[in-house]
Formats: sequence, structure tokens, C-alpha cells
Amino acid sequence: MTSLQNRLNPQTLLGGLVPQSREHWINVVLVVGLVGAAVLAHFLGERFYINLASRIAIIAMAAVGLNLALGFGGMVSFGHAAFFGLGGYVAGIAAYHAFNMTPVLGIGFMPEGTTQMLSIWLVTLLVSGLLGLAIGKISLGTSGVYFIMITLAFAQMMYYFANSWPNYGGEDGLPIFLRNELPLVDTNHHLTFFFVAATLLLISLWISQRLMGSRFGAALTMARMNPVRLATSGIDPQPVKLVAFVISAMIAGLAGALYADLNRFVSPSMLSWHFSGELIVIVILGGVGRLYGPLAGAILFVLMETWLGGVTQHWQFWLGLVLLGVVLFARGGLMGFLAGRSKDV
Amino acid sequence: MTFALVVEQILNGLQLGTMLFLMASGLTLVFGVMGLINLAHGSFYMAGAFVTATVTATTGNFWLGLLVGVLAAGVIGIVVELLVIRRLYDRGHLDQVLATFALILIFSEGTYMIYGSSPLFLSVPQELRGSLNLPFGISYSRYRMAIIGMGILVAIGLYLLISRTRLGMQIRAGENDREMIGALGVDIKTLYTLVFALGAALAGLAGSAIGALQSVRVGMGEPVLIMAFVVIVIGGIGSIKGALVGALLVGVVDTLGRIFMPLTLVTFMPPSQAMSIGSAISSMLIYIMMAAILAFRPHGLFGAK
Repeated sequence: MTSLQNRLNPQTLLGGLVPQSREHWINVVLVVGLVGAAVLAHFLGERFYINLASRIAIIAMAAVGLNLALGFGGMVSFGHAAFFGLGGYVAGIAAYHAFNMTPVLGIGFMPEGTTQMLSIWLVTLLVSGLLGLAIGKISLGTSGVYFIMITLAFAQMMYYFANSWPNYGGEDGLPIFLRNELPLVDTNHHLTFFFVAATLLLISLWISQRLMGSRFGAALTMARMNPVRLATSGIDPQPVKLVAFVISAMIAGLAGALYADLNRFVSPSMLSWHFSGELIVIVILGGVGRLYGPLAGAILFVLMETWLGGVTQHWQFWLGLVLLGVVLFARGGLMGFLAGRSKDV
Repeated sequence: MTFALVVEQILNGLQLGTMLFLMASGLTLVFGVMGLINLAHGSFYMAGAFVTATVTATTGNFWLGLLVGVLAAGVIGIVVELLVIRRLYDRGHLDQVLATFALILIFSEGTYMIYGSSPLFLSVPQELRGSLNLPFGISYSRYRMAIIGMGILVAIGLYLLISRTRLGMQIRAGENDREMIGALGVDIKTLYTLVFALGAALAGLAGSAIGALQSVRVGMGEPVLIMAFVVIVIGGIGSIKGALVGALLVGVVDTLGRIFMPLTLVTFMPPSQAMSIGSAISSMLIYIMMAAILAFRPHGLFGAK
């Protein structure tokens, strides 16, 4: 045990995580920049850009969730859209039943939906955690390519189910007529909603940081780098990975619930494998295993989508080329470029 | 629910299965020999269909179109291998997933740029139109029957290629020990390119054949690709035999599930509810089957270890 603690000194092992140096300042700039941009857009009366900032914050949050599994835990999940979409559907279904005053899922004793975000978030955390537990439990029995494909298959399962289940809109999706509410604040106000999203993003970043700075984080890092050695030191890697996967699923699910409220619409496309792929792309563009990498990646991705999408209809072609270039030639991602190579990855 | 309906659906399932086998055999070969996970395999399927549709439309000859489509998919495979895939063999699965995901974006948007968003139309060749009369008063589409026949021929051809030829021997050796066959003087780079091109051509063949049954459009490869992944995971990644068994299993289960799940549920449920629940469950059936098989055999039915 002592040798493990020596080897796993958080200062050296998690060099990229402990706030310090250039990376720390870049993290601050990213957060301040995003908040500043939203506030500026508010005073200029540019609602489009406030919503764009909210979109970045929410997508970044989902990517923070994925980064915990993929970047820190080494679990290449190709199915995180499952959790994101599930969160979206929780928000959508709750609002749908509250609007129609019918019991949830049509089951008699269930409550008649809700429009309170706090309850929605709680339910989202619960169900996406449970789904994460189920998927993680089965998928972690395998590894490598099997893991990638099984997580993909589970997400596809959800996708097809949402597509063919007619009660909640099927392939047409489910509109949320009125954005769900929070006590004391007006969520329909664009800037307020941005602050709600940004606060949750910061909380999830803080949770990631606390987790990775803890003994659990050291064990997770070791489970990725050398599971045999972790097992030798008396810690079974599987439960550690499973817990990380479940937390990762919960964060992605919560982001999905917010995303549905942002668009006031939820559809099977939130569950599509394209979205799972995009989340991986965001994590990689930002820099794998960097705490604020997902935020950097989400800013880059959404801005590219908006800017390139305005210039050409075929922006995904150029996205593909950029991505190919990053994978083949620039492996550290944006954070690697801005803050130097991580000692950890 | 007549006997004829059941037989017809089983044949439909076999047709889907043989088509999935064409896709899955390429994927599983590439994974088995090079250890590469290729998401862009569906792009070769799409490329085959588009080239076949274009050539058939200009020359009026489906068979020429099919031939050119398959060759084009193979050639695109060679180009992609030389430019991109070759750099990925030593990388982790994450890099492979990302790079081939990028290839999907490039291929899909590139095809949009060339062909626009409206689908192309490819019709079944004159010789294979109409239906075939089978015993017991069953009639079945000639073209679908031909696809099943073609799938059987390809399966036999692949078996002979792998078990009887020098190339096949090198492929098998490559699956067992990549470094060793390189050390023994086999030109491993050319071997990899050939295997990749073979997989791409098989995917192109599947796309060309299916193009006549469905519309030829961007994104047509993606649902098939994901089903092919389910197939190779069920069969065991790297195993051609597994791909064959998995493909037939997935094809038949998926097709029969879609027909018979609502029909079964209707016996103890109101019809409208049975239809919606039945279609929802049947669309998930192959994934449930996959999860169940993996729970007991984590490396698939015929996987190593």
C-alpha cells in the first residue's frame, strides 16, 4: 500500500489536473471567455449568441461526463448519447405529462409529470445512473473493441426504441411547450438560463476535479494505465471503472435534460450514434484526459459548426478533414496545443 | 399466419443475412488481420451503390454497373488504406474510431457535394424481375433469391480463398502473428492493402446489390454498418465463420421479429398497443440478443479465447 501511495503521488500522476501553470490560466480564460461572451451578447441584445453560449456550456458538460469515462478511465464509450438522450426524454416526458395532466408513462399511480427542473434533474440523475450501472455492468465484462461496440449497440437500442415508441412522438420527437422552471429564477430569460447551464457545468468540472484528485481518481488512472498492477496492490479495477462510468453517465444525462429545455424539444436524434461520435470528437479535439479539455473542445466544435455551417452547407466535410488531421498529426488536441503536452497522457 | 408467409419471411431474413455477411466478413477480416476497427466500412457500401447506379443509368447495363461498382469500392479502399488507414495500425482503438468517423463525415458530405441530396434510382435487372415459384405454392422474388445465391457463392469463395490459397495462408498467419510473418519475408504492407481492398469490394458488392431494392442515398451505409457490427460481435471479432453464423442469425431474428412480435402480442393485448409495443421491441431485438450472447460468451460465439 505504501509503495502505491508513493507511486501515485497526485502531484506527479495528475500533473494536468492540479491547478498550476499555463494550463490553469487557460482554463480560467476559457470559463471567463464563455461567461463574458454570453454577458456581452446579452447587452448587445444578441439572443442567438446567448443561446449559442448555453449550447456550448451544455455540450461541454456532456463531454465532461464522457471525459471521466474515456479520458480518465480509458473506457471508450461509443454510446454516451444514450444517457444524454435519456436525460432529454426525462425532461420532455415530465413536461408533457404536466401539460396534459396525465400520469407519467400512463401508469395510474405515477405523478402527473412536473415542470420543476430540480425534480427533473433528480429523476434524471437517478435513471441515467441506473442505466449507466446496467450498461456499464454488462459492457465492462468485455474490453477493447467489444466495449466500443457494445456501448454503441446499447445506445442504438435506445435510439430505435425512441423511434418506434409512438407515445412520446416517435421519430417526430416531443416538444416542450413551456421551458421547465426553477424556484426564484426565470428560466425563460436567456441569460439566466445560460447561468443555470454554466453553473451546472462548473459543478460537474469541480466534481471531476475532486474525484480525480482523490484516492479514487488515482485508482481510476491506474485502472486505465495498468489494471494488473492496481489489482496487485489490492484494488479490484472493475468496481472503480464501473463507478466512474456511472458518474459519467449521470453527468451526461443531466446535460441532456438541460439540452432538451434549451431547445424545448427532444427527439431521437439526441440518442443517435452521430451524437456519441461527436461527443468523442469534442473530448479529443479538446485534449483527452485534460480536465477542461471538454470545454475547449465544445467551444471549438460549436463555433466551427456555426461558422463553417454559415460559410458552407457541407461543413461536416471540413470537420472531417480537421478531425483526421488532429488524429493523425496533432495528438494532444487543443489543450495540448495551448498548454503543452500533459505529463499524464 | 400461413406457412407460405413464414417461409417467405425466413427467406427475407436469409437475404438480409447474406447481405450482412458481405459487410461483416470485410469488417471482421480487417479486424482479425490488422487489428483495425473501421467505422467507414459503410462508406464503401454507399460508394458501391452510387457507382453502380451511375454506371447503370449511363450504360443501361446493370451487370456492367455492378462490376464497376465493386471495382470502384475496391479501388477507393486501396486509396483510403494508402492515405489514412495505414497510419492507424499502430494506434489505439480510440484513434481508429475517430479517424474512421472523420472518414464517414468526409465520404458522406463528399457524396452530397457530387450527387446532391436527392436519392438515385437503380432498378432490378430485366433477367431477375418477377418472382420464382417454389414448391408448396410459395412464390418469392427472383432478385432476392439471386442475392441469397450470391451470398452463398461469396461465402464458399471466401472459404476457398482463406483455406486453399497462398494469400489465404498469409491472412491466417497474419491473424495469428503479425510480426512473425513480416519477419518471414511476407510483404505485409501489400497484404494489408489487399485485405482492406477485399473488404471494401465486398461492402461495395453488398451496396450495389441492395441499391436495387432500396433507394441509393447518402447515409444508406450507416444502419447496415451498425448491424454488421452487431453481427461480428455476436460471431466473435476476427472469425469469418462467426460472421456467417452471426449474419444469418441477425438477419432472420430481425426480420421475423418485426413480423411476428406484433402478431404474438396481439393474442393477449389490444391490437393498437400490440402494434406499437411489438414494433418497439422488435427493433431492439438484435441488440437484446447481442447483450444476452455477450453476457455468457464475452468474446462472441466463435471468438478467440
